[in-house]
Amino acid sequence: MGKEKTKGGLNMYSEILMDHFTNPRNVGEIKDADAVANVGNVVCGDTMRIYIKVKDDIIEDIKFKTFGCGAAIASSSIATEMVKGKTLDEALKITNKEIADALGGLPPAKVHCSVMAADAIKKAIEQYREKTKEN
Amino acid sequence: MQIKKKGKHIITSSIEHHAVLDACKFLEKQGFEVTYLPVTPEGIVRVEDFKEALREDTILATVMHVNNEVGTIQPVEEIGNICREKGILFHVDAVQSFGKIPVNVDDLNADLLSVSAHKIYGPKGVGCLYIRRGTKIQNLLHGGGQERKKRPGTENVAGIVGFGVAAELAIKEMKEDSDKLTKLRDKLINGLMERISDVKLNGHPTKRICNNVNVSFKYVEGESLLLSLDMKGIEASSGSACTSGSLEPSHVLQAMGVPYEFIHGSVRMTLGRDNTEEDINYVLEVFPEIVERLREMSPLYQ
Ligand code: FES
Repeated sequence: MGKEKTKGGLNMYSEILMDHFTNPRNVGEIKDADAVANVGNVVCGDTMRIYIKVKDDIIEDIKFKTFGCGAAIASSSIATEMVKGKTLDEALKITNKEIADALGGLPPAKVHCSVMAADAIKKAIEQYREKTKEN
Repeated sequence: MQIKKKGKHIITSSIEHHAVLDACKFLEKQGFEVTYLPVTPEGIVRVEDFKEALREDTILATVMHVNNEVGTIQPVEEIGNICREKGILFHVDAVQSFGKIPVNVDDLNADLLSVSAHKIYGPKGVGCLYIRRGTKIQNLLHGGGQERKKRPGTENVAGIVGFGVAAELAIKEMKEDSDKLTKLRDKLINGLMERISDVKLNGHPTKRICNNVNVSFKYVEGESLLLSLDMKGIEASSGSACTSGSLEPSHVLQAMGVPYEFIHGSVRMTLGRDNTEEDINYVLEVFPEIVERLREMSPLYQ
């Protein structure tokens, strides 16, 4: 148990990923969110919750809470950053591959964690659209 | 195996190391039948269960002395006695116990016992298999007279010598080391339980090897804990699905019936002879903040 830091998170994550894990952006809740989506990960049982606030079809604010591995937390963080300020249509186009690439790549066993982030955003937007349709 | 004529039933436990489990799986494919004994919620094999599993055609039992994940000390002596009575070959995986608690092949009634050098600060890539005189085992390789033909090939002399010295030292310093580590272990376990809520000790509080700490924290995932600890210079491992390359949660914690939410947040820390009280204080200082930060991010934590 030396106290010197090891670089690059357990030797499998990039510096970018570790930055998002250590200083996650947009973590938290939105009290008066327009939509809240929960996604579970069938592969390893982890969960992610996304809150969005929409104005004029634009994602004005987005927050997340994630229970999962480093890749899952970093994926949530960077994905929320990527869609914030975007129109709903633009946000829907974000793929898990783009999320993984933005993180400097993911080890093969961790690709499903970025899928979870992409799915959560999709689900939140769909939920928002459902809701606004009704009104 | 010539032994198949005598019987084809093997007994082992469900918490063995993969070194044993995978070998058992292989033997099943060869036509042997294997019973994997369950364990108590604290991770200990019940001698009663062992007795019940015995069959007319049981030829071999293999049980670990100490579990590598949760550190529980198994009743191998009693199991060995039963095996001796019934004429069943008994193998003990003593990799985790050797050098930390007394390991005596006669007390354990072991016919076969395996030990690894790197667990006692010896060189990597060396181990030994004790074979009681009169126990017949097939040659593992063929091609020379070394190691009584069991495992021929030019010996790894440096490794063997290193192992010998490590063993000598381990035995000499066993009592002192294990007293010290037991104190540190309990300080770490108790400190974590006091400072953090929703925490669970995995394994048995006292029937536990001196260097093993295994605790679970609800609402946090193990890998993110390991990453955070790593950044603070603390090395640990986890039974969480996300940390295992196969995305399978720990088979040991599953066999103990540890609820999934606790398996997810499990962390094992192994103490070594170089650890000091200061190290423990340091871990106790940073751990609560790490758990707190991750819980703040967790949708499961309110
Ligand atoms: S969330 Fe389980 S492996 Fe990433």
